[in-house]
Amino acid sequence: MNTLVLMKMVPDIVEELEVGPDGKSLDLESLRLIVSERDDHALEQALLLKERRGGSVTTMAIESPDIDEILFTALAKGSDRAVKMVGAEPPLTTSEAAALLARVLPDVPNLMPVDLILTGCQAIDDLDGLLAPILAEQLRIPYLGVVTGVDAETGQGRATVFKEYAGGVRGEYAVSLPAVLGIQAAEKPPRYVPVAKVRSTMKSRTIDTVPAPPRDETSQLEILQMTKPEATGRAEMLEGSPEEVASKVADVLSARGLV
Amino acid sequence: MPDPGLSAYLGLPGWLLLWILAAVAFSLFGRRVVHIVRVLRRARPENRWEQIPRRLWYALTNVFGQKRLLEEPAIGVAHLLIFWAFVFFATSFFWNLLRGLFPFLPVPYADEVTWMALPMEVLGVLALVALLVAAARRYVFTPPSLERTRDATIVLCLIGLLLVTFLGGQGSRAMSGEHAGAWSPAGARLGRAFSGLGIEPASAAALYLGMWWAHMATVLGFLAYLPYSKHAHLLFAPFGVLFTSLRPGGMAPESEGAARLEDFTWRQLFNALSCAECGRCDRACPVHASGFALSPKELVHHFKELVAGALAVSAPAKPALPGSDPGGDAREKASFVGDVVRREEVWACTTCMACMARCPVFNEHIPLIIEMRRHFVSRGDMDVGVKDVLVNLGRYGNSFGKSARARAGWTAGLDFPIKDARKEPVEWLWIVGDYASYDPRVQGVTRAAARVFQRAGLDFGILYEGEQNAGNDARRLGEEGLFGLLREKNLKTLEKARFEKIVTTDPHTYHVVKHEYGGGNGSRELRGAEVLHVAEVLDLLLRSGRLSVESPVDATVTYHDPCYLGRYNGVYEPPRRVLRALGMRLVEMGRNRDEAYCCGAGGGRIWMEDVPGIRERPAENRIREAAGLRGVSTLVVSCPKDLVMFQDALKTTQLEGSLVVKDLVELVESAGAPVVRSDSYVHA
Amino acid sequence: MAGNVWVLAEHWRGRLSDLTFELLVLGRELAVGLESRLEAVLLGHGAKDLAGSLGAADSVLTVDHPSLAEPNPEAYCLALAALVEERKPRSLLVPLTNVSADVPSLLSARLRISLSNFCRDVRVVNGGLQARCLLYGGKMETTVAVPGSPAVLGILPGSRAGSEARVDRAPLIEEVEVALPSEGRVRFEKYIEPAAGDVDITQQHALVSVGRGIQTRDNIALAEELAEALGGVVSASRPVIDQGWLPLTRQVGKSGATVKPKLYLAAGISGAPEHVEGMKSADLIIAINTDPQAPIFTVAHYGIVGDVLDVLPALSEAVRARKGIHA
Repeated sequence: MNTLVLMKMVPDIVEELEVGPDGKSLDLESLRLIVSERDDHALEQALLLKERRGGSVTTMAIESPDIDEILFTALAKGSDRAVKMVGAEPPLTTSEAAALLARVLPDVPNLMPVDLILTGCQAIDDLDGLLAPILAEQLRIPYLGVVTGVDAETGQGRATVFKEYAGGVRGEYAVSLPAVLGIQAAEKPPRYVPVAKVRSTMKSRTIDTVPAPPRDETSQLEILQMTKPEATGRAEMLEGSPEEVASKVADVLSARGLV
Repeated sequence: MPDPGLSAYLGLPGWLLLWILAAVAFSLFGRRVVHIVRVLRRARPENRWEQIPRRLWYALTNVFGQKRLLEEPAIGVAHLLIFWAFVFFATSFFWNLLRGLFPFLPVPYADEVTWMALPMEVLGVLALVALLVAAARRYVFTPPSLERTRDATIVLCLIGLLLVTFLGGQGSRAMSGEHAGAWSPAGARLGRAFSGLGIEPASAAALYLGMWWAHMATVLGFLAYLPYSKHAHLLFAPFGVLFTSLRPGGMAPESEGAARLEDFTWRQLFNALSCAECGRCDRACPVHASGFALSPKELVHHFKELVAGALAVSAPAKPALPGSDPGGDAREKASFVGDVVRREEVWACTTCMACMARCPVFNEHIPLIIEMRRHFVSRGDMDVGVKDVLVNLGRYGNSFGKSARARAGWTAGLDFPIKDARKEPVEWLWIVGDYASYDPRVQGVTRAAARVFQRAGLDFGILYEGEQNAGNDARRLGEEGLFGLLREKNLKTLEKARFEKIVTTDPHTYHVVKHEYGGGNGSRELRGAEVLHVAEVLDLLLRSGRLSVESPVDATVTYHDPCYLGRYNGVYEPPRRVLRALGMRLVEMGRNRDEAYCCGAGGGRIWMEDVPGIRERPAENRIREAAGLRGVSTLVVSCPKDLVMFQDALKTTQLEGSLVVKDLVELVESAGAPVVRSDSYVHA
Repeated sequence: MAGNVWVLAEHWRGRLSDLTFELLVLGRELAVGLESRLEAVLLGHGAKDLAGSLGAADSVLTVDHPSLAEPNPEAYCLALAALVEERKPRSLLVPLTNVSADVPSLLSARLRISLSNFCRDVRVVNGGLQARCLLYGGKMETTVAVPGSPAVLGILPGSRAGSEARVDRAPLIEEVEVALPSEGRVRFEKYIEPAAGDVDITQQHALVSVGRGIQTRDNIALAEELAEALGGVVSASRPVIDQGWLPLTRQVGKSGATVKPKLYLAAGISGAPEHVEGMKSADLIIAINTDPQAPIFTVAHYGIVGDVLDVLPALSEAVRARKGIHA
């Protein structure tokens, strides 16, 4: 079971986000990048599959600030290989990234064919589409999203994939391989790898690089402006000690016939 | 009295018989000791040779003075007597043995020497009484964690037997008229008793020989048995004390964690040899009392079995990647760390050091826990809550997962600016700490501290976003690499700052910056600055008059010693002086100073899930103790985690009406108004 | 006449989703603005009777094929692609729920048409479409000019009130034949239900919902006490469910249940969009959070800035007193 995991960096929303001077994009000063949460789950799912079924895991990303640490962390967690696509001019929308990846994958030495391509089912900056389905379409291979479980016996040519629906219901699907899966959550939370291990991996391993193909398509969307969303409303705030507040709440409930 | 070495038994001369017995006993003894030494040699090295004179002093006061044992007075005195009796009896035994093995030596037997008889008889009788006290304690008034093992019974019986046979020997000697009664008071009485029982003086010699051989056989048997029993502590404990850790809070030396015997250091394995299974560690341990899986005594016992070679455990060939399967072979046998010592035991510890503070043989339980945690961490094997915290610490430099930029958000409530120590020189660098900066329940106290510093005219500053978590808890959780990273980042920031002294409101930060930042280049960035806790600084300010008390507080309070300020660093008196200076009446809880009962937050436990089935959380136990003091309205704390834990415990125990929890700083603020006399700062 | 405005009528297990109706309201606005017609597209197998509820649209295009019986992105994409290529609508609005969230991306890539994702609002401006898209977990809004025709737009819940589209009118229904492979590369096997035997939170009239602010598993007891006093049950946001402190069946939100109780008490819940989606229609929402800036306060009717560990017991006390129950 040879798996390719695609990861990317997105703005960390723990930090305060500000609009940049052009009014259309994020202010870079206040920005800190973090690996997209679902991509972390995708990597974890790939590693779990490898532990269960053998095979190899390759982690790949498009060059961006701080991406090296993510790729080394993937190696430290158990990814067999890390590949970085360099030379693509930023910024890239998701669909532009998908187009480049689709074209570059056959050119990565000793990579294709893979059985599975895993990536997060969505990211917080997917304005013009989600990576997994777009990539699947461009590679002309099957796709399923919102995945919370994958298993495949080697050599069967298909995987059993679980998709999450509302209310805790899951759907079981049979997907022919190779396929792209958009991961919502791995079967276990992403593993922890100690700092010492990542550091020693940085010293002992390397990240392969592959040049980006020339860009032919650009995203069609025209961004007019970016703003912070207006607050749509505000609750009536109740003040006082817990007892006072509780009494006020009881009044409200009483008035509505709820107590 | 006849010479036992020259008497004949079954055709063999006594000395030959003695040679045979001694050979058997010593070879059994020796075989075991050699095995133990071999095991220790397989272990990792650790330097415990520095400061020999200081070490000798520890050994002197604690081995011969039995200092820690006397903390439990009844058994302490009893053990002291048994110990000193042992010293005399061991001397006498070897003397007798030598004389018996080499009958041509021109010296008398030990018990033939008149002036030896008195001290030995007195000690012997006292030791017998002490033995009875010990037996009564173990079998009748059994304290928790003291077990009625077969080993303990055998040992008590052997000691009793050797004392009884000695006294019997003295009695029979008295029957034949040797030794004046004054030198052999017990002997004389026993002699009369024997006569009273109808034993003829003519049989005295035979009785004496019988007693002599019974005594020697008992002691030789004891010698052979010794290294296989918990009584080996006799041999090893004095060395354990000699090789104790001299650095505060003895951290385990750098390692990647321990999974098998060879991964531990010789001193760590040595704990197993010194342990006498007294149970003091268990009785002191807050999580053990709460019903967690950890028993410090059982933990050391696992190591006893490991050293004895009694465990069938595997030795994994190479460290595995996190989460990966090491392969079928290693799975067949149990692993020491994980199967024998279970995860729940290792993660339950709060690193409060109560076990180590009480242990009479100076065993070091916490380094064992840390080594094993390091092993689990290297495999990513830990509680989900812990995982998230470690990720947050690495990424955001705080355990809350909040932006590093928000660290100084608490200052918004102040009406004066605080200097940025990264940009301008300050006299006092204030390292605030995570909880004090980010937790809304603690931020009020932090602001109070700022106002007190301001009113006292201190020239102080903070590092704003430059401050990262000091790393104490990451280290105690076993993530050495993360600790190193945090320390590196903090030292880099400190390098650029200019300050003379460091103050912190957080004991965890205090300990690690004071003692664990100095390795390598650490001392350069710290510029040899004193590191003080806010309680110490407040004490200095009050004593020098730089802060005065305008409205003394007439209240009866009690004080909880934080583990990392108290037990780890011995800072007990400064906060108490502060409270008294404020005019308060201080009532101590039963468990105070180095017996203080941990709130349960340390060692990363504050981030771990509650374990099902625990009786009562440590903080709840402590709150009840405080609430039980008559007239006490306030529990005073001096650590942000204590504040949070005890406030929660007040709610869960529903004692909110009986007690409030306040930080020392808050009390100083409400009582004080400063008189600034800038030339009267008193040096620590 | 400009191309039509299409709405993908999303249905799952026999029910049309609420979001579909919101999209019909939005779609009608756009159709009016573009002077064109509103059409609903219903893909399924044996689901024709659902078409009758889509009267808010001018007409309904239905495709019936076995491979469309259960949500299948590949089959949906093939069917839609065929329809779009044939009919050339101006725009296609797709609901963003777990069922259809990836359809826009597949379609956009297959037909090489534009996609505007995460839209919270769409308007006609100067004969063209402008969308306001929510990015970065709801922290930023990007206004885009939607290029080209056809254009696909993925619409988030909350853009319009769906009730306006629940009309009795019978729409014009057109059955369309689309050639789809009988054996797709993605084959639905079965549904796996969550562990049975627990309460159905969608049927409760009072929910005390806990989030991260509850801090520990043990503290959930405080919420249970209040729920009992109110005659309701405890539900939770995703983080609490992920920790395993409550079963999946108690989850409220995008991947959980959508609830509409008379009373929804959000205790220690920050109010992330995925959660709010699941409870915003409750009659009365009261939120407790230590952070006065928590987004939940924009959805709640009443807000309390405080620690749930303090407020919940006080509430239980007050409710019991009001009801005349003594604990």
